[in-house]
Amino acid sequence: MDYLLTEEQIMLRDLCREVAEEKIKPIAAKYDREEKFPWEIVKILAQSDLCGVYIPEEYGGMGGGILELCITAEELSRGCAGIALSFAGTALGTDPILLYGNEDQKKKYLPDIASGKKLAAYGITEPSAGSDVSAMQTTAKKDGDYYVLNGTKHFITNGGDAEIYTIVAMTDKSKGTRGASVFIVEKDTPGFTFGKKEEKLGIRASSTRELIFTDCKVPKENLLGREGQGFLIAMRTFDMSRPGIGAQAVGIAQGAFDAALKYATERVQFGKTIASFQGIQFMLADMATQIEAARALVYAAARQIDGGAKEVTMQSSMAKLFASDVAMKVTTDAVQIFGGYGYINEYPVEKFMRDAKITQIYEGTNQIQRSIIALNLIKESKKK
Amino acid sequence: MNIVVCIKQVPDTTQVKIDPETNTLIREGVDSIINPFDMYAIEEGVRLKERFGGKTTVLTMGPPQAVAALREAIALGCDDAILVSDRAFAGSDTLATGYTLANAIRRIGDFDIILCGKQASDGDTAQVGPGIATQLDIPQITYVKKIEKIEDKTMVAERMTEEGFEIIQTSLPCLITVVKEINEPRLPSLKGKMRAKKAEIAVWKALDIDADEGQLGLGGSPTWVSKIFTPPPRPSGEMFDGDPEEAVTKLVHLLKDRLN
Repeated sequence: MDYLLTEEQIMLRDLCREVAEEKIKPIAAKYDREEKFPWEIVKILAQSDLCGVYIPEEYGGMGGGILELCITAEELSRGCAGIALSFAGTALGTDPILLYGNEDQKKKYLPDIASGKKLAAYGITEPSAGSDVSAMQTTAKKDGDYYVLNGTKHFITNGGDAEIYTIVAMTDKSKGTRGASVFIVEKDTPGFTFGKKEEKLGIRASSTRELIFTDCKVPKENLLGREGQGFLIAMRTFDMSRPGIGAQAVGIAQGAFDAALKYATERVQFGKTIASFQGIQFMLADMATQIEAARALVYAAARQIDGGAKEVTMQSSMAKLFASDVAMKVTTDAVQIFGGYGYINEYPVEKFMRDAKITQIYEGTNQIQRSIIALNLIKESKKK
Repeated sequence: MNIVVCIKQVPDTTQVKIDPETNTLIREGVDSIINPFDMYAIEEGVRLKERFGGKTTVLTMGPPQAVAALREAIALGCDDAILVSDRAFAGSDTLATGYTLANAIRRIGDFDIILCGKQASDGDTAQVGPGIATQLDIPQITYVKKIEKIEDKTMVAERMTEEGFEIIQTSLPCLITVVKEINEPRLPSLKGKMRAKKAEIAVWKALDIDADEGQLGLGGSPTWVSKIFTPPPRPSGEMFDGDPEEAVTKLVHLLKDRLN
């Protein structure tokens, strides 16, 4: 399918594909097994100017938008979604700065992220505040020139490995959702420590850790936007980032499909390749069609954001929801096509299936996405 | 530090097949790539520039389509590229190629180090690098696996030999040919790719490099290829089964028969 990408976008896609094929694929299984953080790939992404594809040129980036971010996330995830998350998780942590950072904050933090010198992370989830973000317990109390943070964030992607954290905390609990604020917290700030690293089903090359704040003093200049804007910033961040999860899901699905198609044309049973059987053919046709539909939706949502559309929440949720459900289905079918070989870890498809599952869960479960879509539909129908 | 990297565009060796009838390479449908050994020379050239400053210029002699190889070298970090291309160069052997490239390098003028891959994957001669150094009358170190030190207009480098290695010191300017142990070539960068797309690549003809026509192309090439053939596959050996004593006796008898 022709997505009418510009010459630069095609260049970006080809380069990311090269990185995935030559550098990521050969080590994906090892990193998955050992749960190692992919610093050697981060170095390559930095050297290839890929860390800052979505960051404006004046801050050292390549000046692309969400579509460029999606192309990168998709192609890298085709090699390994866990490894690619070092990039995508950083983008999520950077989005609040891009959206609400003042000039000083942008100048201070974005160039190091764009050059790949530092990774970023986003901290919103807490043990008791998953889908229900309003149940957040972490607090930030103003004390002179500082805010003092107390609380625990968990399931934080890039936790421990990132240098720059954007953290949502309650500055005024009495105001409910209007009492949250977002802070930039640097690693090594006194009072900021890391808890346990989670062992996961998939995306195992990505680190997922607890962040613990104990009387952690953050300079007041590190407040993003204004006090009380926290939920607005968080929601707008998700609007920007959810197509990226969709793109990651498309990449995972495509990676699994590529392997399944190749296997089906090579595996011989009953004297023929299994690709010559209609049962397999129909599966392959459905998988390819679903992937293409998911990609089209993800790119459309990304373009809508890049085009400056006011309302993007629903489209963003649709892209994330549809693509991640497709990834789960396609990767499950890819395992089915591989048969018994698909179930063992000597072949790559079981990993794609494990990696796919998280895309239905994080950055808002797919049930939350459906709620968002429905609420938006109802809201719009009332306007008419 | 000014560096010149000489590269060659070759057919992708992983795709090349030989026509069994004519014993020639089947070139149709085969992609052209930068000679794999030259990728290490490019990487080393870019690393030297990053370390010492200056400029890395990439140079090739070839048909107009060799410009693609030069653009790739720019994407990998080279600053400038020059294509030396003229019908007069057609049919050059290694002597004429060395002469032509040396003349082009003279025109570039200011250089400290010339880098080449140890050999090209198509011709496999390993002669052009040394040929250039000889023509320019500068020192050369071949099969370099590590540049130990560069200071005060001298270089110390480690070169691989069949028995082990040698450490050689030379004055600059010099030419080195590199082996793949020297580094791990990087992938192109996005900025590099964009620069490569827009880069204007100079094309120098025979007239531009102040060359003696008699030393160019087929006329300047004393080498000729009288025959190319694919060596016949080696037939499988004879196996001696049975108990060792019996097998050895059989083998000894056979060897004796052959000797007689």
